[in-house]
Amino acid sequence: MDLSLSTETMGDRTIVRVGGEIDVYTAPKLREQLVELVNDGSFHLVVDMEGVDFLDSTGLGVLVGGLKRVRAHEGSLRLVCNQERILKIFRITGLTKVFPIHTSVEEAVAATD
Amino acid sequence: MATVELRFSALPEHVRTARLVAAAVARRAGVDEAVLDEVRLAVGEACTRAVGLHQHGGISAPVKVLLIEEEKLFSIEVGDEAPHATPGRGASGDGPGTDVETEEDEMGLAVISGLVDDVEVSAGEQGGSIRMRWPTVPPATLLA
Repeated sequence: MDLSLSTETMGDRTIVRVGGEIDVYTAPKLREQLVELVNDGSFHLVVDMEGVDFLDSTGLGVLVGGLKRVRAHEGSLRLVCNQERILKIFRITGLTKVFPIHTSVEEAVAATD
Repeated sequence: MATVELRFSALPEHVRTARLVAAAVARRAGVDEAVLDEVRLAVGEACTRAVGLHQHGGISAPVKVLLIEEEKLFSIEVGDEAPHATPGRGASGDGPGTDVETEEDEMGLAVISGLVDDVEVSAGEQGGSIRMRWPTVPPATLLA
């Protein structure tokens, strides 16, 4: 399965819905999307990963890169994920401390800290 | 000889194929269903790393994956042909890209070592390999 990406704006937040597999082949597309959003002035991103079937360290690297970019503009990058197998990758790499991870897009959009 | 041996051109698009094949062979070998996600992720990380090493080193040789069914064990060995001389390889002229590549390489290894209890990473001038092993359950349990 390839990667699917779509975006939606909610107030000052931009939701990036990701579906499929994020790996060494598809991660560059996600990177391009995040870079484009930041270049266009979207600095508060919510990446909805509920449709993601597979995530590897290349994908983690892209998300960390996205976080660095939005932080340079005092922005935020929040994740929405309830899937244990995806959350596990964030836990073993210690990235649960780096990314705010929410259970729903609504919760992520409402978060302010 | 390996139960299944896979060789693929060092291109990112083939890593998914390696993951799928490894997971299918692992399932048949009797690796617990609950662990198959880990097998898929670990072999993907190892292949991603090998592809990166071949691409950055300009190595045209394929990446090799050995899937080996042993008694009560299933092993996967991912081999690359990149010479691993010293940690500071590719020093001058590579620019800032080298650091990013090293970081990604380390992140991949961090994921593998976090996922797999039994893992050996070896590297030499002829290339390197990552060998990972998982226990298998007897077929009787599978049928139950």
